[in-house]
Amino acid sequence: MKSLEDKLFLNRYQADKHSHLKIKDREVCKYCETRPCTYICPAKVYAWNDKDEIIETAYEGCVECGTCRYGCAHDNIDWRNPRGGFGIAYKYG
Amino acid sequence: MAVEKFDCIVVGAGVAGTATAYLLAKAGINTLLIERGDYPGSKNVMGGVLYRHPTEEIIPGFWREAPLERPVVEQRLWILDQDSAVTLGYKGKHFGREPYNNFTVLRAKFDRWFAKQAVEAGALLITETVVEDLLYEGNKVVGVRTGRADGDVRADVVVLAEGVNSMLTQKAGLQHDGLNTAQLAVAVKEVIALPKEKIEDRFNLEPNEGATIELVGESTQGMVGTGFIYTNKDSISIGCGALLSQVVRNRWNPNELLERLKNHPVVKPLLEGGETKEYAGHLIPEGGYNAIPKLYRDGLLVVGDAAMLVNGIHREGSNMAMMSGKYAAETVIHARERGDFSSATLSLYEKKLKDSFILKDLQKYQNASAFFETNDHLFTLYPKLANFVAREFTTVDNVPKKEKQRKIMEGVTAKRSKFQLAKDFYRLWRVMG
Ligand SMILES: Cc1cc2nc3c(=O)[nH]c(=O)nc-3n(C[C@H](O)[C@H](O)[C@H](O)COP(=O)(O)OP(=O)(O)OC[C@H]3O[C@@H](n4cnc5c(N)ncnc54)[C@H](O)[C@@H]3O)c2cc1C
Ligand code: SF4
Ligand code: SF4
Repeated sequence: MKSLEDKLFLNRYQADKHSHLKIKDREVCKYCETRPCTYICPAKVYAWNDKDEIIETAYEGCVECGTCRYGCAHDNIDWRNPRGGFGIAYKYG
Repeated sequence: MAVEKFDCIVVGAGVAGTATAYLLAKAGINTLLIERGDYPGSKNVMGGVLYRHPTEEIIPGFWREAPLERPVVEQRLWILDQDSAVTLGYKGKHFGREPYNNFTVLRAKFDRWFAKQAVEAGALLITETVVEDLLYEGNKVVGVRTGRADGDVRADVVVLAEGVNSMLTQKAGLQHDGLNTAQLAVAVKEVIALPKEKIEDRFNLEPNEGATIELVGESTQGMVGTGFIYTNKDSISIGCGALLSQVVRNRWNPNELLERLKNHPVVKPLLEGGETKEYAGHLIPEGGYNAIPKLYRDGLLVVGDAAMLVNGIHREGSNMAMMSGKYAAETVIHARERGDFSSATLSLYEKKLKDSFILKDLQKYQNASAFFETNDHLFTLYPKLANFVAREFTTVDNVPKKEKQRKIMEGVTAKRSKFQLAKDFYRLWRVMG
């Protein structure tokens, strides 16, 4: 069985230097009960960092589905389209 | 520098936007098609069954040229329990001949070809360009702001074909309450390479024939949603999706759902020896009729997924996207003849949608999605019951048939009373019928 990391590695990306996903208010995440962003994302972009008490975003693997934007429990994600030509580029789709 | 002006700007080169741009260009209308991806299709995902009829209304005889995978001759439904499946299906060998019924496609290939037709018809396509906002004069939309330097472009009318994550449609105030997690499904998909002969063997197909399998029940761990397995030329598309509200509530990760489906004992043999080539994720607008935004305002029209035109129950979306593109193009042509792009004139678009199967079908199923969401035993209990009944029925075990039937009935009514069963079927019939 392939791991998610292996699968994302198969995809073709043109990674930008800057993230197109921003957490609006980091305080809100601290008190977010279920943190759906950490499990609903098909590419597991979001992870909770216990030490720093922040959500980290591995935006490079994002497949741009928009799920986190609607699934965030507190509408706390500032979701932008990656700049033109950047991000996922499906060969099959 | 003078700001460039077009007759029409179409945002997004998916099937909806490209259909619009193609028909406008063919009518001699100066059209700009803007796509954020590297090439049309580079961001787009579909299961994907492409229907012949609507596509042909845009480009007659398209199947002779378009990069299609296989014409579909067999469509199956699998109702899955943990290690079994009740299977239904229909095979029509005539579907393998012209003019065909439908085809499997890979969108990155199809969309690219489709957009090329629009360009050859005279549309101007610019890729790698994000439309960030609309330009207004008073209440009227008069163009778009792109992410490029000097990136403002003007037009008499803008058509939003931006897909399900419809940020511009929302920004333009057409989607009043925004979207919620019960109106969206999250889906994931893999393309798995497999030699032609293996595909034809395993799916019982002649060379160049295709098959589709829709899967319910265990394929989404009982959540409201479906799985699918489609045969391409030399690969298989497999995926699944469920309502986002239920994925959030049940704390599932979509990739884990898909891995489970791939490892289901009835599914696994179909994929044996295959090699994954790509992993994709996408939202599907499942809100139906009640989630449709306002479809127009002065100088603006909305088509395809951005307008929520998807029938989740029949896995139809690309057809509605293309046909809404066609109606939008006809509306723009009409508005141009009148020299009037006000919402009063553009309302013709909504009228065309209402007169077509699109709004009729979506209206017919308007309560289905909410019904399924609040009755998820239909996706958990019923697949199990179906498998139980089939298992009992097919097990030869020296039990007299009469006793067996009684046992089946008892097994079923232990889980759901006759009264509840009758109620469920009645209500199901009401939302579907
Ligand atoms: C997993 C899955 C399986 C499906 N299976 C089927 C099926 O078998 N059959 C079927 O008929 N339908 C199916 N559908 C539905 C179908 O894919 C959609 O209904 C259809 O793609 C909608 O087309 P569209 O053109 O409206 O949107 P899209 O195809 O999503 O196109 C939108 C385009 O706009 C571009 N864009 C977005 N924002 C901007 C911007 N700001 N600036 C520039 N460009 C922008 C995007 O990059 C994209 O190219 C499926 C969907 C999914 C997710
Ligand atoms: S779901 Fe939203 S609010 Fe909660 S942790 Fe994630 S980003 Fe923060
Ligand atoms: S858009 Fe989709 S893939 Fe990207 S971070 Fe959000 S949920 Fe994950």
